[in-house]
Amino acid sequence: MNPVNYLYLAALLFTIGASGVLLRRNAIVVFMSVELMLNAANLALVAFSRLHGNLDGQIIAFFTMVVAAAEVVVGLAIIVTIFRSRHSASVDDASLMKL
Amino acid sequence: MSTTTELTLRAQEMVPAPDIEYGQLAPVLIVIGAAVVGVLFEAFLPRRARYAAQALLAGLALASAFAAVVGLAATGRATTEAGLVAMGALAVDGPALFLQGVILLVSLVAVLTFAERRLDPRAHGRHVDSFAAEGAAVPGGEGEKAAVRAGFTTTEVYPLLLFAVGGMLVFPAANDLLTLFIALEVFSLPLYVLCALARRKRLMSQEAALKYFLLGAFSSAFLLFGIALMYGYAGSVKYAEIASVVADTNRGTTEALAGTTGNDVLLLVGGALLVMGLLFKVGAVPFHMWTPDVYQGAPTPVTGFMAAATKVAAFGALLRLLYVVLPGLTWDWRPVMWGVAIVSMLVGAVIAITQTDVKRLLAYSSIAHAGFILAGVIAATPSGISSVLFYLAAYSFVTLGAFAVVTLVRDAGGEATHLSKWAGLGRRSPLVAAVFAIFLLAFAGIPMTSGFAGKFAVFKAAAEGGAGALVVVGVIASAIAAFFYIRVIVLMFFSEPKVEGPSVAVPSPLTTTAIAVGVAVTLVLGVAPQYFLDLASQAGVFVR
Repeated sequence: MNPVNYLYLAALLFTIGASGVLLRRNAIVVFMSVELMLNAANLALVAFSRLHGNLDGQIIAFFTMVVAAAEVVVGLAIIVTIFRSRHSASVDDASLMKL
Repeated sequence: MSTTTELTLRAQEMVPAPDIEYGQLAPVLIVIGAAVVGVLFEAFLPRRARYAAQALLAGLALASAFAAVVGLAATGRATTEAGLVAMGALAVDGPALFLQGVILLVSLVAVLTFAERRLDPRAHGRHVDSFAAEGAAVPGGEGEKAAVRAGFTTTEVYPLLLFAVGGMLVFPAANDLLTLFIALEVFSLPLYVLCALARRKRLMSQEAALKYFLLGAFSSAFLLFGIALMYGYAGSVKYAEIASVVADTNRGTTEALAGTTGNDVLLLVGGALLVMGLLFKVGAVPFHMWTPDVYQGAPTPVTGFMAAATKVAAFGALLRLLYVVLPGLTWDWRPVMWGVAIVSMLVGAVIAITQTDVKRLLAYSSIAHAGFILAGVIAATPSGISSVLFYLAAYSFVTLGAFAVVTLVRDAGGEATHLSKWAGLGRRSPLVAAVFAIFLLAFAGIPMTSGFAGKFAVFKAAAEGGAGALVVVGVIASAIAAFFYIRVIVLMFFSEPKVEGPSVAVPSPLTTTAIAVGVAVTLVLGVAPQYFLDLASQAGVFVR
C-alpha cells in the first residue's frame, strides 16, 4: 500500500485529537485526545521512516511512547488530585482564576 | 572461536559504540546526576534530615555545573573550539554555554527562594516553606491536617527542580529534533508537578497545574507533529542535514527525498508547528493563554523560577531552530514572527493595565517582554543573537527578584497579591518597596537598569536588521507598559496605607540574598553593561 495514505490517516487522527482537546470538557477525555495526537505523530513518523528507508522515525516513535507514558503519570496524578479536591474533572469548573 | 564471540564481533561491526564527550557534557550530567541522588535521598534519609540535605545538594550541584560551564567557556569551547558532542545530538557553542550559564545562575538563586522557611508563621512549632505539607492530601481535609501536624514538607521539590534544570540545559543546546523534544518534556513534566504544590491557596495551585499540563501537553503534541513533518521533508532529524536540504544543496540525492522535498507543504506546515510549540513555552501571543493563570496559581518561588529559566531555555531553542535549521526559510518565518512580536508586545502591555493582581500583572508583563525579545530574534543577524542573549540574562534576574519580593508581602491568607493591598507599602517598608520599584523600573526599561541596556540592544539589532517599524511598535508598547509599572510605584509610595493592610515578613538570609543578587545584577548590567554585551557578542555564533 502506498505509504502516503498513512500520512493522510495520521493527519486525520491528529485533527480529531486537536478537536477533541478544544471541544471536550472532561479533563480525562481532553488528555486522551492529546494522546491521540501523539499517536498520530507516531504514525506519521513511522510512515516517513518507511518512505525514506532509514530508521530515525521509528526510533523517535519509541521515544514518543516513553514520553507519553511519563506524561500519563504526571497528568493523571494532577487530574486525580483535582478530582479529589473538587469532585469534578470538568475543565469548565476549574475557573478560580479569571481576568 | 566460539559463536558468541563471533556474534559479539559482528554486532560491534554493525553498531559502532557511540563516542560520548563526557567532559563537555559535564554541566548536564552533574545536574541530572544530582537529581537522581536527590530521589535516593527521598527514599533513604529520615524526614528531618531531608530538607538540609536536599537544599545543599541542589545548591552544590548547580554551583558545580556552573563552574563546569565556565571551565568549558574558558577553554574556548564557546568560540574557537565549539563543536557537536554526543554523536551530533548536542551543540557546545557560544549561545549554548552562555544560556546554560544563565539558567544555572538563575536556578541557583531560585533554590534560595525555594529553601526559604521563615515567611509563613510556624505550624505546630516548626518552620514551613512555600510548598504543601503533602501534595496528595485533599486541601482542607483530615489528611492535610495530619500532615501539617506531623510537620511534613515536600522536599521532593529539589529533585524536581534539578530535573527541570537538566532539561533546560539540554533544550538550547539540542542539535537534533529528537533531543529537542525529549528536553522539552524533561523540563516541562517536573514544572507541571511543581505548580501543583503550593502550601496556601491549594485549589488555585492545582488548577494552575491542570491548565499548564493540558495546554503544555497540547502544545508538545503540535511540536511532535511538526517534528514528524520536518523529518518527512528532509529524511533526517539532524539540524545540519535539515538545513542543507532546506537550503537546496542536498535535494534529490535519493528517490524518496526527491519526492518529499518537492512538497513544500511538509516543510512549511512542519516548520510552523515546530515554531508554535516553542512559542507556547516562550509565552508569546497567541499562545500565551496559560501564562497569567499559571503564574498566579503556582507557588511564587516556582513562578519566579519558571518565568525566568523557561524563557531563557525556550528562546535559546527558538534561536537555534530559526538560525541553524531554517535560515533558508527566513523570508517565510520573518513575516510571521513580525506579527507574533507585535501582538505580543501590544496585548501584553495593554491587558496588563487592567490587572489587579501583582502576579498576573507580572505575567502579562512577561508576555510583553517575550515580544521585545522576539524583536531581537527577528533581526536575523549576529547582533540579533547576542542582543537576545544579553536581554535574557538581564530579564531573568529581574523577574526572579520581583517574584521573590512578592513572597514577602503577606497577610493572614498568605501572600497578599491583590494590588490594592500594596497601597502605601512604601510608607510601611520603604526598603522592600524601593527594591520592588527598582525591578519595576528595570521591566519598564528606564536607563541605569539592566532593562534599558537589554531593550536598547534588541531594538538596535532589530533596526539594523531592517525591522524599523517593529522598533517603533516596540517603543510604543514600552511606553504603555511603563504606565502600569509606574502606576504600581505611585500606588506604593504616594497613597495612604490601609489600616488592616498586609505586613512585610522578615525573610531569612536566603531570600535576602536572592533579592540582593537580583538588585545587584539589575544595577550592574544597567550601569556598566559593556563587559557583558561583549561577552554576549563573543558568544553569539552558532556551531553548525
